[in-house]
Amino acid sequence: MGWATERGETMTWNSAAEFFAMGGYAQYVWGSVGVSAIALAVELFLLRQRRQGALLQSKHELTLERKGLNESST
Amino acid sequence: MINWFKYSTPRTFYPLAGSVVPWFAVGAVLTAIAGLYVGFFMAPTDAQQGEGYRIIFVHVPVSWMSMFIYVVMAFWAAVGLAFNSRLSAMMASALAPTGAMFTFLSLWTGALWGKPMWGTWWVWDARLTSELILLFLYIAFMALQSAIDDPRRADKAGAVLALVGVVNIPIIYFSVQWWNTLHQGASVSLTRAPSMATIMLVGMLLMALAAWMYTVAVALMRVRCIILEREGHAEWVGQLNEVKR
Amino acid sequence: MTDTFGLTALSAVIRRDVRLAMRRKADALTPLFFFAIVVSLFPLGIGPERDTLRQIAPGVLWVAALLASILSLNRLFEQDYADGTLEQLVLGAAPLGLLVAGKVTAHWLLSGLPLVLLAPLLALQFDLPSASLLTLAASLAIGTPVLSLIGAIGASLTVGLRGGGVLVALLVLPLYVPVLIFGAGAVSSVSAGLDGESHLSLLAAGLVLAGFFAPWATTVALRIALE
Repeated sequence: MGWATERGETMTWNSAAEFFAMGGYAQYVWGSVGVSAIALAVELFLLRQRRQGALLQSKHELTLERKGLNESST
Repeated sequence: MINWFKYSTPRTFYPLAGSVVPWFAVGAVLTAIAGLYVGFFMAPTDAQQGEGYRIIFVHVPVSWMSMFIYVVMAFWAAVGLAFNSRLSAMMASALAPTGAMFTFLSLWTGALWGKPMWGTWWVWDARLTSELILLFLYIAFMALQSAIDDPRRADKAGAVLALVGVVNIPIIYFSVQWWNTLHQGASVSLTRAPSMATIMLVGMLLMALAAWMYTVAVALMRVRCIILEREGHAEWVGQLNEVKR
Repeated sequence: MTDTFGLTALSAVIRRDVRLAMRRKADALTPLFFFAIVVSLFPLGIGPERDTLRQIAPGVLWVAALLASILSLNRLFEQDYADGTLEQLVLGAAPLGLLVAGKVTAHWLLSGLPLVLLAPLLALQFDLPSASLLTLAASLAIGTPVLSLIGAIGASLTVGLRGGGVLVALLVLPLYVPVLIFGAGAVSSVSAGLDGESHLSLLAAGLVLAGFFAPWATTVALRIALE
């Protein structure tokens, strides 16, 4: 499977429709790009949730500790 | 002259990581935009694969990262074990989920590239099989760490597993390659990409750089979460702005 | 009484583990019955076509051996951990690597060796030719100790944890893959008329490697689990 390329112009696409069609390979190309974008978004979303959970947990622990109610104190 | 050891505790590393993340995040976005532009608007159509080849601008970077992250993870695991440092172990734990994600994307985009090109979603060649096993190793690492309540035991046990796994990866690759060459009728090898047009290479490298910067940003964000989770009761955490609020 | 090479300690550990297992024969026999049942499931699921069965036999037998091996791993450390013996072994004077080697040897005698003997019999259900049966026994004879050694790493990492057997399986199966490939591959190539020697040599090399590194990794994991 070679990589022989055409000597084409810089802008390969003549129209937006052509761009989205990807020469017939639309489902494969956009399926790849799309799932990747979704995966990144999910990861960032989960990370944000994790951070908020950690901050909340920390606030609770510190409040308890200041009030001397934590199991680690007294 | 920066004293790097100053930053080797969770307490000092937390703010450092926090100030570094935005740079990598912005860098990742910019290089991704550049890479996607080069890949989808500047690179010409391939004579044999048509437009379908453009998947490589996603597939190759995520595959590289999936393997690179595992090695880095194993490195921090080794450092954590050798020097008994908590932060190194936390870093290993922070990298795993991103590594697993990239491995999944590598398999997914690879299948979507393989179907139009080879006519099949999957092939049991050395590369694909070892990538699949890599996914299992990431999952095993995360499963083991989540099954252990004591954080230090989880750190160290995970580290041992990560290191045993890193030894196993080349073994798996060669064993499957051996197995594959014995089973005649193996499909086309997808490893050869000779004399690629420079512009395509540029696009791929830009995307790889973007993936790397993304990983650094996300791993640092995640290690900050881990630090908060473990040190949440400490006074220095109480002094942070985000906790005071 | 001097024990320069640790042989006394080694044989003591082996004898103890075997004796304890003999008192609870069911624990040691269950994985074997599992092996026999699983092997029988495949012809039932895939159909009795002779040629098909002959082709899938090496893989089926090896995968079943892998799974049966994993089932028996919890016997390695859990019981000793529960009653405190493991702690004594770790803290004791005898080198831990040696004791681990002893436990792994006992484990293999009780679960690996029976597989080596049972598998060729079950392979008759798949109409494997006799040359292949011999290779099957040989591949298992070399491969099952590797499974015990690698399994010990997984068992020691998870000792005392909830989640039990499934977690160990998750950890250990990716590491088992090369053993499976070369073990089943040896039998397949002999069935195809080729020579199984290269596969078996690589398996043997794996055994040597595992023999050196697995006990060491296991001792590291045990100390982590017990600190």
